[in-house]
Order: sequence, then C-alpha cells, then structure tokens
Amino acid sequence: METIDLAKTELRELNQQLHDLTADTDKTNWTVENPKGMHNVAVGLNVPVTVEINGHVGYYCAGMNQEATVIVNGSCSTGVAENMMSGLVHIKGNVSQSAGATGVGGLLLIDGNASSRCGISMKGIDIVVKGSVGHMSAFMGQKGNLVVCGDAGDALGDSLYEAHLYVKGVVKSLGADCIQKEMRDEHKKELGDLLEKAGITDHKVEDFTRYGSARELYNFKIDNVDAY
Amino acid sequence: MSSDNSRLRESALFDRRVIAEIQRAANEGMYEIRGFGAKRKMPHFDDLVFLGASVSRYPLEGYREKCGTDVLLGTRFAKKPIRLKVPITIAGMSFGSLSANAKEALGRGANEVGTSTTTGDGGMTPEERGHSSQLVYQYLPSRYGMNPDDLRKADAIEVVIGQGAKPGGGGMLLGQKISDRVAEMRCLPKDIDQRSACRHPDWTGPDDLTIKINELREITDWEKPIYVKIGATRTYYDVMLAVKAGADVIVLDGMQGGTGATQDVFIENVGIPTLPAVRLAVEALQEMNMHRKVQLVVSGGIRSGADVAKALAFGADAVSVGTAALIALGDNSPEFEEDYNKLGTSAGFYHDYAKGNDPAGISTQTKELSDRLDPVKGGKRLANYLRTITLEAQTIARACGKSHVHNLEPEDMVALTMEAAAMAKLPLAGTDWYPGKGFNAASRR
Repeated sequence: METIDLAKTELRELNQQLHDLTADTDKTNWTVENPKGMHNVAVGLNVPVTVEINGHVGYYCAGMNQEATVIVNGSCSTGVAENMMSGLVHIKGNVSQSAGATGVGGLLLIDGNASSRCGISMKGIDIVVKGSVGHMSAFMGQKGNLVVCGDAGDALGDSLYEAHLYVKGVVKSLGADCIQKEMRDEHKKELGDLLEKAGITDHKVEDFTRYGSARELYNFKIDNVDAY
Repeated sequence: MSSDNSRLRESALFDRRVIAEIQRAANEGMYEIRGFGAKRKMPHFDDLVFLGASVSRYPLEGYREKCGTDVLLGTRFAKKPIRLKVPITIAGMSFGSLSANAKEALGRGANEVGTSTTTGDGGMTPEERGHSSQLVYQYLPSRYGMNPDDLRKADAIEVVIGQGAKPGGGGMLLGQKISDRVAEMRCLPKDIDQRSACRHPDWTGPDDLTIKINELREITDWEKPIYVKIGATRTYYDVMLAVKAGADVIVLDGMQGGTGATQDVFIENVGIPTLPAVRLAVEALQEMNMHRKVQLVVSGGIRSGADVAKALAFGADAVSVGTAALIALGDNSPEFEEDYNKLGTSAGFYHDYAKGNDPAGISTQTKELSDRLDPVKGGKRLANYLRTITLEAQTIARACGKSHVHNLEPEDMVALTMEAAAMAKLPLAGTDWYPGKGFNAASRR
C-alpha cells in the first residue's frame, strides 16, 4: 500500500507518481490523505490501480480516468470523473454539478446526491446515483446510462440524444425532447445489470421509470421553433 | 422592364440583396446558415500602411540580409513549448466539417513549412496526427472525440471559448455531413444534426477556467502549452482574464474569422473586427507585463504577408489562417465553375460549407467529392501559399529595417482612414493624430 499525504506532498508529485505507473506495476493500491478540498486530485490515471482518497476533494477529481478505480471517502466539487473513459469512480458522499460530464465509459457511482447537470453531454459512461440529481441532468446526453435512485430536478434530459435515463423517484420536470418511455425487457436487463454492478440490492428494477429522447429535435425544423 | 434603366432607382436600404433575403426568409421560414466568414466591409489591415525606411531609418537588403521568422509558443509554463519556423499557423477546423483529405493536406502543407495545424470540433484523426508534426488539440465545449490518449499525443492544447465568426455561439454539423466515421467519433447516431454547445459543460467563468487549465496541465504533466482561444468582443478584459487563468498562449479570432456553418446574422453582426481586437489584446498583455511572456496568435481575415506583418507589428507573436488555407487547397477554384453553377453559385462566391456538397472536395464527407482533393497536391499548394506570405511579410519587415518580423512595431504603421486610425490608435497618415487621442483609454474598451 502506497500512502501519499497531501499535507506534506505536492499534488503535482502525487499525480506524477500515478502517471508514472505502468500496467504491470505492483504498486496497485494507493491511499491519499488530507486532500482538504484540493482540485484535480488523481486526474488522468491510465492503469488499473486503486486510489482511495480519505476526505473531501475539489474540482475534477478522477478527471479523464482510464482503467483505475478511484474511491473518495468524502464529497466532491464540480466535474468529478469528467470525460472518464473506463474504470470505476466511487464517491461515498455527495457531488457538486457536472458529475461525469462528457464521460465516455466506465462506472461513476455516487452514494449521496448529485447537483445540477449530472451526466451533462455524457457519451457512454454509466452513472448510478443512490440519492437524487439536480436540474438539467443528462443535458444533451448522447450515450450511456444515468440511474437515479432518488428524485430528479427540473428539465431532466433536456435536448437528449441516445442516453438512457432511469429514475425511481419523482422527476420535477422533463427537458425539451425528453419523454417517458416504455420499460422493455432489454431495458429491465440493462438496469438490473447496472444496479448489480453498483452493488445495489435495496431497489427493484420494476420501481424505476425509463426516460429517453423523443427524437423530435434531431433535425432542425422550423415547426419546432418554440423548443429552440 | 423599361428599356430606360437610368430611371430605375434602387433603395440603399432595401437593395436587391436585402429584398432577396426577405423573400427567401418568407418562403423558407429559416435563417441562412453558411460557411466562410463575414462578407461585409469593415475596417481592416487594408486601412493601414507601413512607413518604409528612408533617411531616418535604414532598410535591410532583400535576399541578402537575414530577416527571421521563427516563433516560440508556450514559454510561460509548458515544459515543451512549440517552435515554429514561420509565424503563420493553421487554424482549428474539424474533421467532420472538413474531409479527411483536406485535413491531411493541411497537415502536409504545414509540415513542409514548419508550422502547426489544429484539430477542431470532432477530435483528432490518426491521419491528422500522422501528417502534422506539430498538432494543436482543441478542447471544445462539445468534447466530441475528446479523450486523454489524444490529449497526450498533442503538442499543445487549445481551450476554445469562442471563435470570431460566432463569439457566444455554439455550432451545428448538419445531418447530411455525418458519415459513419464522423458519427462514431462523436458518439452520436448518423444523419442527425449534431449540436455543439456554446458553453463548456464543467466550468463557467475565469476562476473555474483556472482550475480547468490546471487539470489539463496535471493530466499532461505540465508538458504542453495551453492556448486559450477567444472570439473578439470584450477583448481587453477577456485577454486579461485568460492570462490570469494561466494561459500560455492567447488565440484571438476577429469577427472576420471563418466558420464551417453559422447563421449569417451571427457572422455579420456579432464581434469586433480583428483590427481593434489585436490592439486591445496587446494593450492588455502590456498592462499585465505579460507581452511576449504569454504569446498572442491572431486570426480573422489574414490573407497576405501584409496582413501578417501588420498583425505582428501590433505585437502579435503569430497569426493563424483558416479560410485562406482552404482557398489555397482549392476552395472556390474556377476549375469547378460548372459544379458551382449547378449549385446556384460561382467560383469566388461559394460559402455553403454546411451542406456537404463542396465541389472542391474540402468541406464534404462524400467520397466522390473528397476524392477530388489530392492531399499531396493540396498540401503543396498550401505550402506554396504559406511560403509566399512569409516572404511578403519579410519583404515589409526588411523595408522597415527589421532583422526579425517580430521587430516590427506599431510606430511603423499609419492609418488611411479615420475609422482605422481610431480603432488601431495609429495616426492618420501625414498627421500625429488619431480620433480619441488624449481621452481616457479605458472608456473605449
């Protein structure tokens, strides 16, 4: 186990040490102490190691993560796991806005709540939020899945492309071109697999509602001018 | 029509073009989306001239005495700044908007003269990386095709906040240009209009930008220069904020800057011309004592070596060309006149880059059309053009007695019009005066 104390070590040194790891490294378990809200902790990881951060972090923690597992025993500010490509990012607390923004792959698991724009422009990432999400979540979501075990704020899925949204609780309102959709067998399987992957056993697939794109705004039409 | 045309009086307000546009809008119910750049007349570098050497200054001998053109970009924080042989770079243009052959030709041409190319909204293609020895990777609001592997492959990163043709606007790649490959790179279905957001999804404002720039630096281990690209509007303040946020290089795009697809009303009515913008940017850098420490790249209406020399004389470190580079590849060539006519236009007027049926094979994803552009020949034409305008800039610099193009200075220029004099804060030719001289400078920003 490698331990880095950010009260004594510069962030640059932490990130550089993590970037210097190769795929066959035997230093596969790392602990980071005293992040104290620091931004850009454990960004750009590129190998299958586990980094556990004890405390709260600032912006962009685990940004562009590839292959690594990043666990935060605390809460995160803006843009956790932004543009994540693969691997697992697990936040034990709450997260601020734009969690998983533009994420391409991997699983972002949030035990608490996520603020606004969770999954904005998501491009293939799976995001599972055990709590609720704020307004404009999955805005322009292109691909991937957003699972919300709590409620969703205003304008869920505004201008949605092909991302799949599953919400158990109340959706305050749907955004432009986002509609409730039938939960077919393939969706039940997809959601079931995601819940299993996230280790969630206290929510049933049947209790969720699926939302997706009406695909009415896919090509510009002047008749839709009120939606623009 | 009467045979006596002298009695016809066209309205200056409602001329034939305006009437045609109102009629078109009434028929189609849709604003015009087009490419190219602003077509309206506005104060530009044409309105300035150089004061060549004479008795008080002595010139350098053309073809004999050296006039340097090299430039180093990203010296502020990056471990690996970019060194260019000429101060003329290729502006960001996307694969998607442009064909793969066009992107390859841009890379080949830039390589031949020792300068950089830039990706666009859609990510980095292997061909582009392979044919560009120095490639700037754009980091855009849409993040289409964005991934850390390509980020690490880049020679520099350009955080795009705006572009001159549409500061404050996003983009739209129309469905007819979405090939399988473009769709895959952008993680979207085929045949649908692909919107590009106008704001970044995970940061707003200059304080966030500081953190975002640091994130990109951390991911790439502080190796790569980070550029910040802005469309020219509140240029003085935007440049100051970008510098405060940690930019290594400011890329400033005036309103004449080109575009692949933007509303005509946006192109022609939003932003300020390159002429005042470059002066404002240099003022901001000088006031922060960061001129030449943070480099300035200026684009928007750069066509000739005279434009290059004038931008550098204001204090820019380099310029960027987009529209002119496409023209060098073959855009608007008379060779395709018959095809242009079929599209209801003519060589020299074509601007429908958004529609994907470009006869020159540049702004298209249709194989039959893109095959018309030989990337080797296109690259050669671009290299010829870049060499020509570099020689032109050197010609002017030598005439002003400068041993490097960066030694040109505002005092080497005067203005021919009142407007240009006011915007450039350069004296009207034959005077020591420009409009506004003596007033509080801050009031004009």
